[in-house]
Formats: sequence, structure tokens, C-alpha cells
Amino acid sequence: MALYTDTVMDHFMHPRNVGSIENADGVGEVGNAKCGDIMKIYLKIDDNRITDVKFETFGCGSAIASSSMATEMIKGKTIDEALALTNKEVVDALGGLPVHKLHCSVLAEEAVKSAIQDYYEKNGIEYDKTKFPCEECCESCRMV
Amino acid sequence: MRIYADNAATTKMSRTAIDAMLPYLDGVYGNPSSLHTVGQEAAEALLHAREQVASCLNATPREIIFTSGGSEADNQALVSAAALGAKKGKKHIISTSIEHHAVLHTLQALEKQGFEVTLLPVDSEGHVTADQVAAAIRDDTCLVSVMYANNEIGTIEPIAEIGKLCREKGVLFHTDAVQAAGHLPIDVQAQNIDMLSMSAHKFYGPKGVGALYARRGIVLTNVIYGGAQERGKRAGTENVAGIVSMAAALEEACGNLEKNAAHMTRVRDTLIEGLLKIPHSALNGSRDNRLPGNVNFCFEGIEGESLLLLLDAKGICASSGSACTSGSLDPSHVLLAIGRKHEVAHGSLRLSLCEENTMEEAEYMLKEIPPIVEYLRSMSPVWKALERGEQQHLL
Repeated sequence: MALYTDTVMDHFMHPRNVGSIENADGVGEVGNAKCGDIMKIYLKIDDNRITDVKFETFGCGSAIASSSMATEMIKGKTIDEALALTNKEVVDALGGLPVHKLHCSVLAEEAVKSAIQDYYEKNGIEYDKTKFPCEECCESCRMV
Repeated sequence: MRIYADNAATTKMSRTAIDAMLPYLDGVYGNPSSLHTVGQEAAEALLHAREQVASCLNATPREIIFTSGGSEADNQALVSAAALGAKKGKKHIISTSIEHHAVLHTLQALEKQGFEVTLLPVDSEGHVTADQVAAAIRDDTCLVSVMYANNEIGTIEPIAEIGKLCREKGVLFHTDAVQAAGHLPIDVQAQNIDMLSMSAHKFYGPKGVGALYARRGIVLTNVIYGGAQERGKRAGTENVAGIVSMAAALEEACGNLEKNAAHMTRVRDTLIEGLLKIPHSALNGSRDNRLPGNVNFCFEGIEGESLLLLLDAKGICASSGSACTSGSLDPSHVLLAIGRKHEVAHGSLRLSLCEENTMEEAEYMLKEIPPIVEYLRSMSPVWKALERGEQQHLL
């Protein structure tokens, strides 16, 4: 379909890192079913580095592709590197998304941050809460 | 293999429609308004097409206005009835919550002009009743507009009953018959229809052409001003080839209506029975009182657009009422109106058939759809939460 780039279609048809991790070190879930997208990311973290990552997504083609791409982009990276991931980088890596689908990439960025936040919380690690802006509001993402 | 199951979006033109059109693209090129022979050949064709369309509806030729399609016909019908009402100080319009946007958005525009609109709710199958209409009619009601059959869930409305009621009450009755024309019987006399909209490309004709039937005596308001075409009510040189083709397509569809409906109903019912076997799925619309070619399901735990993309990869062309496919935040207003929750409405699938769809195609679809639903569920956090019992199943 011309709606999506070949890279989006590749990540949609053959999503990387689908699934869950038992006893994950961090789990983040963003979005809500009412709006039509939910992303859940599981992280295995070892010595400040993301050694494994899995995702589950309820959503459209670009939501699944964004999840797949975002997980690929943070796999093997340090936590700080993963926190620096922006939705724009996800979009660029996908070769672009239609304007009305950009919120899917925002959701991917926020799912990663949410999973890291969970890791911090579970391990009692101090962190800057202002860097985790998810408002749990689909509308705000779609305004991007 | 490619299966086209999106005939409610548009249909493939029939051979009859294409053959009818070709001479007017390649040969008879005149402007029907021209006095000379070349122009009058086109005028003849237009005259004949108007007779054909009128005959299919049990109307008279002068009651047919050719338009650019269903949306224009809906716009003109509503705006005309509103203008007639306003002259008498009647500014109340009744319609339903499941109309096409061509009707709903025109009504919103009329509201801004001071009209009051009552949108009747529908039951869980998408039905509105004549009793509901009767209860909503007021002294200042100038129009009732109820679609003949819904484009998403296929539910057929009691048009004849509503028409009879409106005639008794002296209120104009319009029906958006875009999904019905050529598929369900239409008789504007017997059904007491004052105005009716149709679109050629929904019954195997070309895109960009439609018609508005307006009972004799109803003074139409122009949507397009200019020349004296269509008795001055719709300016612009007529799309002669398109109109001729539409007339041929409608005549053929109406001639084969029962045969086609019987075939499509068999294929439809096979699909419905098969898809009902998918756990936590539900048919949208009425089980029996639906368009012969319409199948519409919700599958819990998945989102419609991803389902469509995977079906397309298997050669199946379908559609969905998910927000992602509508380009808005909300899923289909029709699915919400029949009481589906947002979560579930996002996971809808519409298969809409034509008479060329075969039982073999239905079987292929029934083989391909369940594993795709299962696959999407396997990666869905919503489905996982349902399976773990953290959330209650809605279907």
C-alpha cells in the first residue's frame, strides 16, 4: 500500500522483538484501547544496558512498525542512550510516516521511557520525573 | 489471488456500463445544450438515460436530476427541503445518528443556519422505527431524512413505513439510497419517497455521477449555479458518457436484482456463519435484515487497520471502521451508535460483496481471516489482559 514506506511495511509484516519478557526489569504501557493504540514494552537491563527488549502492540500498521523499530533502536543500548531516543528518530528510521500517524512514533518513544521509568521505580533509582512527559492522553499525542 | 470485497466503497464497472459509455467518449461528443445535430445526439442520449433511471424508480423523467454523485444529491435534497421549510417558518429536521457524512455534515451546516436537527438513535442492530419518527415529528418539522440501507453495517431501514407516515403528516421524506439503488427494490410511489439520492459507482456504474429524484412539485434549490441544465437546478455541462453509463448500469442491476441478491446472500451468510466461529467476535447489524452483500464484524482485542493490511497481503481487499482508517480520533460513528464500545469498534472489518464474488472466495476468506485475527491477538496487550482476566470481555 502506498500509504506506508517499504520500511514501515517491512516492520509491520515482519515485526522484530514481538512478545513479552518474564520477570522483566522494566515494563511500560502507554496509550489506551479507547483511542485505538496501546504499546507495551518489556526491558531486560543488565549493568545499565538494555540486553533484551520485547513489545506487544494493539494498534494500526504504523503503531506496530513504530514499536518494532523503536525496540530495534534501543536494543543493546545504555539506558541513557535509550532515553535519548526521540519519536523523530523513529520516524526517520522508518523512512517517514503519514502526518496523521505521527502519534504512533510518539507512543513508541513514550513506551520506551515508561519502561525505563518502571525500572527506576522498581530499583529505587532517583530520576528526573520531568523527563517522562506521557500524559496518558491520546489527544495530546495526536496534536504532534 | 485477489478478492475484491469492498463493493460498498466502490464497485467494478460492469461490461454493460463500460460498453454504454464508450460511444459517448469516442464519437458522440456533443454538448446536449447545443442546437446542432452533434449536440442533439447527446441530448437524445440524455433523454433516454433519464427515462431509464426514472423507470427503475417508478418515477417520471422530469423528476430525475443528474448530479456528480451521492454526496451532491444528498446535499441538494437537504438544502432544498430546508429552504422550502424555512419559507413556511418550519426549521426542524429529523434524521438518524447513522447517516452517511454527506447527510450528517450537511445537517451540521444547516444547524449553523438556524435549523434544529433531531438525530434519532438506533437500536443495537441499527434500526430506526416509524414510531420513533412519528414521536419526533413536530409542527415545524420540514424534513425527515432516513437512509435506505446503512453503508457500514448494511441494516435496512423501514423506508416504506416512514414514507407513509411522512406523507400522512405532510412532511417531506428524503432517503439516501446510495447503498440500496440497484441492490434493493425501489418504488418511489409505493414507498412514498419524496426525494432519493443515488450514486452510479455503487451499482457497477462509473464514479463521479449520480442522481437525485425529487417528486414533482418539490422546488429544488441550486447547489451549483450557472447554465440552464437540469431544468436550471444543476448547472454545468452534463457528464453525458457517465450518465448514459449509469442508466445502463442501473437498468441492468435492477433487472438482475433478485438473482444477484439471492447469490450474494448465500455468500454473505457463509461468511457470517464462518466468522461467528472466531471467539469473541460479533456481527454488526441485523442478522437477516441487511444488504445482501454486507458483512461487518468486530473482533475483540485487535485494531482494524492492521487487519486490513494483513488481509491485503493475502489478496483480500476489505475495509474497517477503525479510527486509523477514518483519519479521526474516533472509530465509526455507526458502530458507536449501535452500542459498540470504542475498544471494540476499533477492531471492525467490513466485507462488502458483489455478484461476482464466489463461494470459493468466501471459503478462501474464511481460511485466511481467523489466523490473522489470532496472530494480531497474539501480539496485542489488550488481548493478553483479557486472557489473563484483568479486563472483562465485551464480546
